[in-house]
Amino acid sequence: MNSKTQNKVAIGSLYGIAGLVVLILLALLGYILVSGVPQLSWHFLTAPGKAFLKGGGVGIQLFNSFYLLILAMLISFPIALGAAIYLYEYAKDNWLTTTIRTAIEILSSLPSVVVGLFGFLFFVVKLHLGFSILSGAFALTFFNLPLLTRSIEDSLRTVSDVQREGGLALGLSRWETVTRVILPAAVPSILTGVILSAGRVFGEAAALIYTAGQSAPALNFTDWNPFNISSPLNPMRPAETLAVHIWKINSEGIMPDAKAISSGSSAVLVIAILLFNFAARYLGKRLYKRLTSA
Amino acid sequence: MKEDILTTQDLHLYYGDKEALKGINLDFDEKGITALIGPSGCGKSTYLRTLNRMNDLIPNVTITGTIKFKGNDLYAPSADTVQIRKEIGMVFQQPNPFPFSIYDNVIYGLRIAGEKDKERLDAVVEKSLRQAAVWDEVKDHLHESALALSGGQQQRVCIARVLAVSPEIILLDEPTSALDPVSSSQIEATLLNLRHDYTIIIVTHNLQQASRIADRTAFFMNGELIEVDQTKNIFMNPANKQTEDYISGRFG
Ligand SMILES: Nc1ncnc2c1ncn2[C@@H]1O[C@H](COP(=O)(O)OP(=O)(O)O)[C@@H](O)[C@H]1O
Ligand SMILES: [Mg+2]
Repeated sequence: MNSKTQNKVAIGSLYGIAGLVVLILLALLGYILVSGVPQLSWHFLTAPGKAFLKGGGVGIQLFNSFYLLILAMLISFPIALGAAIYLYEYAKDNWLTTTIRTAIEILSSLPSVVVGLFGFLFFVVKLHLGFSILSGAFALTFFNLPLLTRSIEDSLRTVSDVQREGGLALGLSRWETVTRVILPAAVPSILTGVILSAGRVFGEAAALIYTAGQSAPALNFTDWNPFNISSPLNPMRPAETLAVHIWKINSEGIMPDAKAISSGSSAVLVIAILLFNFAARYLGKRLYKRLTSA
Repeated sequence: MKEDILTTQDLHLYYGDKEALKGINLDFDEKGITALIGPSGCGKSTYLRTLNRMNDLIPNVTITGTIKFKGNDLYAPSADTVQIRKEIGMVFQQPNPFPFSIYDNVIYGLRIAGEKDKERLDAVVEKSLRQAAVWDEVKDHLHESALALSGGQQQRVCIARVLAVSPEIILLDEPTSALDPVSSSQIEATLLNLRHDYTIIIVTHNLQQASRIADRTAFFMNGELIEVDQTKNIFMNPANKQTEDYISGRFG
């Protein structure tokens, strides 16, 4: 076989593999959407669930998912940002930073169920936080932190060193250069990373089963005092999310329309994550355009 | 005799154990343009970057000797690098405007220093861009991104950005080597305008450029300063054989 045919065969098989991946993905998405979308209605998206009867919705789970996501992001973003700035802009290469990097590496490859079990033992049991939004948010933080830190570090890396030199040569301090030149320049890319990781967090179930819990007590959406037990904002209440709900219905759901609710929930989850992804791309591009062109 | 604004005595610089500058003695009096020439890798950039302490950013650099700016030791423990770099500005080979508007680029240094007065900022922007000879080209789109400009315009905006913080010395490291000939000659004209008000030190590997704009030229080779003199002496009547060989294109 001469190198030309070799080349053709190689490219051909790569196209084949790529095509196969796309096909599998489309088939999966198609299946989930086709079986799920017909279940969707305003009622389904807003009504509370029913344990034994048909006609329940996923309103509470949907709210819980967003609430947990926001809390987890509020906790993990500042930490990840600080860690990434330290690691990329300040840290020298020594044993300490090597250790931190290795720790981040290992944390990011931990299976989320392990993170969940750790969260259960530490937050739920040891710190007596119980099955609660707070336990779940902390577990999600552990799950999210390494990924987010690395993605922000990558964003900082996309800003060229000539920008750093430019800032310093202008008499800005290191800190001013980072916060006033590098970070603004990295914002589009950081934002993209944040939204993509939000998608991952939103769909996460294993880390939450034993931390945020598997029950969704009824909420009173007129009571926004976080200290009241039925308030949606109460961080100490158990909170089953959409992803956990799907897992639970499929393993032990006894309502007559379990199958339909599971399909509908899956569709909601997939659509939300797709929206996150599109939003990330769109916002990232727009911000970058605004920063870089007329 | 004019006062020396910047003096270098027995300056050595090591990257690890590699000696990149081998005892440089070179002084600059106020105003005017000095060109640093020499074959690539001879230490011109390294020397230039010792003058505003940009080499501090590179790990494992050791510097010995004395550099004084207006009589003060640039490397004294009490020296404030941030302040030094405000007084000794730098323009790089690759135009590096920030990814913001032209206006913001020019006033960035001042704004971070705390200047809020809109009128004063506007005035500084206009003055700096005029000094950098790019005002007429950009005055109608000050609030558009500097990255949308041509390379030559970007470089002049970078010069304006340096001028806006009112430095006394401007260092330029091959500022035209990434630009087309037309933009290069615009930059040269800009520098010729500025030479009455600023002390300008420019690294260039373009000998014609040195001969066109520099009052004084310093020839470096292998980390040593071989010769420094009035530009016309260096080009017409160099004292050193190596300088003569380099000027006449026998190496480098
Ligand atoms: N960051 C660095 N680390 C190690 N060696 C360097 C570094 N920068 C420059 N050098 C070396 O120092 C010498 C002088 O380099 P430089 O000052 O860039 O030369 P020039 O600007 O005259 O071309 C060269 O041999 C170069 O390889
Ligand atoms: Mg150089």
